[in-house]
Amino acid sequence: MNKKDKYVFFGLIYFGLIVLVVLFMFSNHIAVLTPKGIIAEKQLEVILKSTFYMLIIVIPVLILAFIIPWHYRGSNKRANYDPEWDHSYTAEAIWWGVPLIIIFILSILTWNSSHSLDPFKPIDADTKPLKIQVVALQWKWLFVYPEQQVATVNYMPIPEKTPIQLDITADAPMNSFWLPELAGQIYAMPGMKTTLYLKADEEGSFRGSSANISGTGFASMFFTAKSSSQDDFFKWVDEAKQSQKKLNEEEYNKIAAPSQDFPNLQYTLEKQDLFDSIINKYMVPAQETKTQ
Amino acid sequence: MDNLFGRLTIDAFKHDPIEAGAGIGIAVGGIVIVALLFYYNGWKWLWKEWLTSVDHKKIGMMYIIVATLMLFKGLVDASMLRAQQAMASGDSFGFLTAPHFQQIFSAHGTTMIFFVGMGVVFGMINLIVPLQIGARDVAFPFLNSLSFWLFAAGAFLVNLSLIVGKFSDTGWLAYTPLSSIQYNPGVGVDYWIWSVQISGIGSLLSGINFLVTILKLRCPGMTLMRMPLFTWSALNSMILVIFAFPILTVTLAMLTLDRTMGMHFFTPDFGGNPMMYINLIWAWGHPEVYILILPAFGAFSEVVATFSHKRLFGYVSMIWALAAITFLSFIVWLHHFFTMGAGPSVNAFFGIMTMLIAVPTGVKIFNWLFTMFRGRVHFTRPILWFLGFVVVFTTGGMTGVLLSVPAADFQLHNSLFLIAHFHSMVIGGVLFGFFAALAYWTPKIIGFKLNERLGRYAFWCWIIGFFIAFMPLYVLGLMGATRRLNHYEASTGWQPLFIIVAIGITLIITGAICQVFQIIVGVIQRKHHMDRTGDPWNGRTLEWSTLSPAPFYNFAVIPTVRDREPLWTKKHAQEIKEEMTHYEDIYMPKNTAMGLYIAALAFVFSFAIIWYIYWLAIVALIGIIICVNIRLWQDDIEYCIPAKEVERMEKENAHRRMYT
Repeated sequence: MNKKDKYVFFGLIYFGLIVLVVLFMFSNHIAVLTPKGIIAEKQLEVILKSTFYMLIIVIPVLILAFIIPWHYRGSNKRANYDPEWDHSYTAEAIWWGVPLIIIFILSILTWNSSHSLDPFKPIDADTKPLKIQVVALQWKWLFVYPEQQVATVNYMPIPEKTPIQLDITADAPMNSFWLPELAGQIYAMPGMKTTLYLKADEEGSFRGSSANISGTGFASMFFTAKSSSQDDFFKWVDEAKQSQKKLNEEEYNKIAAPSQDFPNLQYTLEKQDLFDSIINKYMVPAQETKTQ
Repeated sequence: MDNLFGRLTIDAFKHDPIEAGAGIGIAVGGIVIVALLFYYNGWKWLWKEWLTSVDHKKIGMMYIIVATLMLFKGLVDASMLRAQQAMASGDSFGFLTAPHFQQIFSAHGTTMIFFVGMGVVFGMINLIVPLQIGARDVAFPFLNSLSFWLFAAGAFLVNLSLIVGKFSDTGWLAYTPLSSIQYNPGVGVDYWIWSVQISGIGSLLSGINFLVTILKLRCPGMTLMRMPLFTWSALNSMILVIFAFPILTVTLAMLTLDRTMGMHFFTPDFGGNPMMYINLIWAWGHPEVYILILPAFGAFSEVVATFSHKRLFGYVSMIWALAAITFLSFIVWLHHFFTMGAGPSVNAFFGIMTMLIAVPTGVKIFNWLFTMFRGRVHFTRPILWFLGFVVVFTTGGMTGVLLSVPAADFQLHNSLFLIAHFHSMVIGGVLFGFFAALAYWTPKIIGFKLNERLGRYAFWCWIIGFFIAFMPLYVLGLMGATRRLNHYEASTGWQPLFIIVAIGITLIITGAICQVFQIIVGVIQRKHHMDRTGDPWNGRTLEWSTLSPAPFYNFAVIPTVRDREPLWTKKHAQEIKEEMTHYEDIYMPKNTAMGLYIAALAFVFSFAIIWYIYWLAIVALIGIIICVNIRLWQDDIEYCIPAKEVERMEKENAHRRMYT
C-alpha cells in the first residue's frame, strides 16, 4: 500500500465508524439525550450549550493539528522554515485570551445553572410536591410514601406532571441515586439526607440505578420509576394500601439484610418515623462495630 | 499457636480457577526468572550492577521495567473486565463472579495509576532530568534507590494478593464506608492500603529528591529560565508530589486506624465522617493526575521542538502555563463529587476553577502546534504519538470541561461517560506521552534505536483501538450505563456497544504486543541501529551532548551553558571554539543494598499488618529502624575516580565511538 492509499483507507474506516455511531444513536434509546422530565431537560440544555461553546475552540485546534504538521512536513521544501522564530506576543495573547473569554462565558453558565438546577431546590414552589423517601439498602432501593402510607421496593410509581420531592439516605455503603431521564443523580449516604426534585412530563417507565459502587450486589441495584396519570397513581395507592405486608421495624430489618434481586414488593407503612430513625441511628453510638 | 499467623490460614491460598490461574502464572513466571538467573550464574551481576545500584539511569530503567510488567497486568485486567461486560447481559452472567469482577477493576485502577503511571513518570525523570541539567547523579542517590524499592515492594504486594488472600473490591480509591471494617472485613482493602501506602512514601521521597536535584544540581550557567521544558515540568510535578502525597499518607493511616484499631475517623457512626475521606482522598487524587500528566507535557515539548527542527514556541508562556496548572490543580478536588450535594455556590466555584485549567492546557497545545509552524516536521514515532495525543487529549479535555459544569455532571457523573473522559486523559496524555518519550530517548538510554516499523504498527493499533474502545463508552454513559457493572439487563440494549468496546481492547493489546516485539527485534538488530554520535535526532539539549548510553558519570567535564538550547547553539555556532578539555577527579556514590533491605522490611511489615501477624510487624519495624540508623552513620558513601582514569575512559569511549 502506498502512502496515499493508506490515508484513504484509514479515512474510510473512520468515516464508517462515525456513520455506525450516528446510526446507532438514532436507532436506540439514549436516556440523557431524550429527557422526559423538566430537570433532565434543563440539564441536557446545559450539556448542549457548553459543548457548543467548547467546540468554538476545539474544532480549530483539531483542524490546525492536521494542517500545520502536514504543511510543514520535512519533505515540503516550499514551506517557510524559520528555526529561530520562537515567540509572538500577538499570537500568545490570542490563545491566552480567546479561551479565557470562552471560559468566562462558560463560568456564567456554570454559576447560573448550578443555582437554578440545584437538586435541593424545589420545582415551582406554588404546588405542594409529592414526598417520597428513598433508602439505599444492600442491594435494593426502598421507597416510602409517607403521605400515602405505602412503601415499595425497587419500584417507584409517580404521578405525571407533579413535582416530586425525593429525600434520600442510605442504610448501606454510599450509593448514588440516578434517574437519567428525569433528574440526574445525587449521593445516598448513611446518616445523611440529600434531596432531589423532579417532575415527569409524560407517562412511561424509566430505568434508574445506583451510580456508585456499594458492594457485591451493586449491579442489581436498579429500579423502575413508573410515571402514570394522577388517577392511575392514586388508584395504585389505594390498591397498595390493601397489601397484607406491613412495613414495621421487623420487616424493615428483613429488607435491609444484604440480598440481591429482591422482588418488587409493596407494603403499607406501619412505622411512621422509619426514614428519620434510619438516619438517626448513625447519630448515636448505637452498637460497637466489630473489628475482628 | 493460634495467633502466630494472625488471620493467615490455609484458606487464604484457595481461589476459584481464574484467580488461581493468574496466581500460578505469576508464581511460575517468578520461578522461571529465578531459575534462569541461577542457570546463567547471573545473581552476582544482577546484585552488583542493578539491585544495589544508585545510578539514576539504572534506577530509571528498573522503574520502567516494573511499570511495563504492571502495564501488562493492568491490560489483562482491562480485557477481562470488558470481556465480562461483553458477555454478561440478561440471562448470561459472564465468566466472573461479582466479587472477583470488583477486585479486578480495583486492581486495574490501582495498578495503572500507582504502578504504571507513577512508574513511568519517575522512570523518565530519573533517566533524563540529571542528564538535561548537566548533573552526575541526583541529589540523594541512596534515597533514590530506597524510593524505587518501596515502589517495587508496593507493586509486589499487589501481585501477592493474587496468591495469598484477595485484593480490594472497593474501587481504586476505596471510598468509605464501603471500605470500612464493617462492610469489608477481609484483607482486600488492607492489601490496597499498604501497597499504596509504601509506594506512596517512596513517591514522596522521590519528590523531595528531584526537587532538590533540579534546584541545586544544575550545571553552571543553567538558570531556571534556561532549563529544558521536560525538567521544568518535572519540577512542577515534584512540587505537586511534595504537597499532595502527605495527604495520601495521612488519609491512608487514618483509614488503617479505623480498620485495625477500631477508630472512627471515617465511619458514619460514632462521630466519624465518610465525606471527609472522600474530600481528603481527592485533595491528593486530583493533584495526582497532574503529577502524571505534567512530565508527559514536558516530553512532548522536547519531542516537538526536536522533530520540527525549530525552537520551542512560547517558552515563557509554557512555564507560566505549567505554573498555573500546578496551582489550580489544588483547588479543584471537589469536582469529583458535585453529586454529594455541597450546595450550588461551592459546586460552581470548584467547577469554574476546573474549567480555568483548560486555558493553560490549551495554551500549551497551541504553543506545540506553533512550534511546528515554520518548522520542518519529521513524522517519526515520537511525533506520531504527539499528534495522537493532541486529538485524543483535546476531545477528552472537552468532555472534561463538560463534566466540570455541575448541572451537567449530575447526569454524567460515575457513568461510562466519565470513564471515557479520564481514559482519554490518562491513555492519550500520560501513556502516549510516555511512549513518545520512550521512542525519543531510547537511543540515549540503551544506545540503539528500536524497530521503526513495528513502532508505527503499535501506534496505529493503539490509536484506532483507543477510539473503538472508548468512544462507545461516551454513548453508553449517555444511555445510563454506570461504571463497574458486572451484569446488566438485556432490555438496556447496551450489549452491542460493549462488544465493540471489547474489540477495541483487543486492538490495544495487539498494539502493546507490537511494542514487545519492537523491543525484541530491536535488541536482535541492535548492531544496525547503534547510536555512535550520542545525538541521533539532531537534538537541542544537554542530554544529547554526552555518549549514548551515557557513561555512569554522565559528563566527564561538567558542561557550562549560556542559553536554553546549549547543544543546538554549539552545533550552529559561527566559529567553533576549541575548548581545552581539563579533566578533574569525579566523586560518585557507592552502591548500597540498604534501600533494598529497608523496602523488603517495609514489605514484610505491611504483609504482617495485613494479616494481623503483630509480632512479625514489630520485628520488621525494628529492622527498619536499625537499617535506617546504620545508613545514617555511614560516612564512607562515595568513591573517587581520579582525573587520569576519567581521561583514559573518555579516550576509550572516543575510540569506541569511532571504530565499533
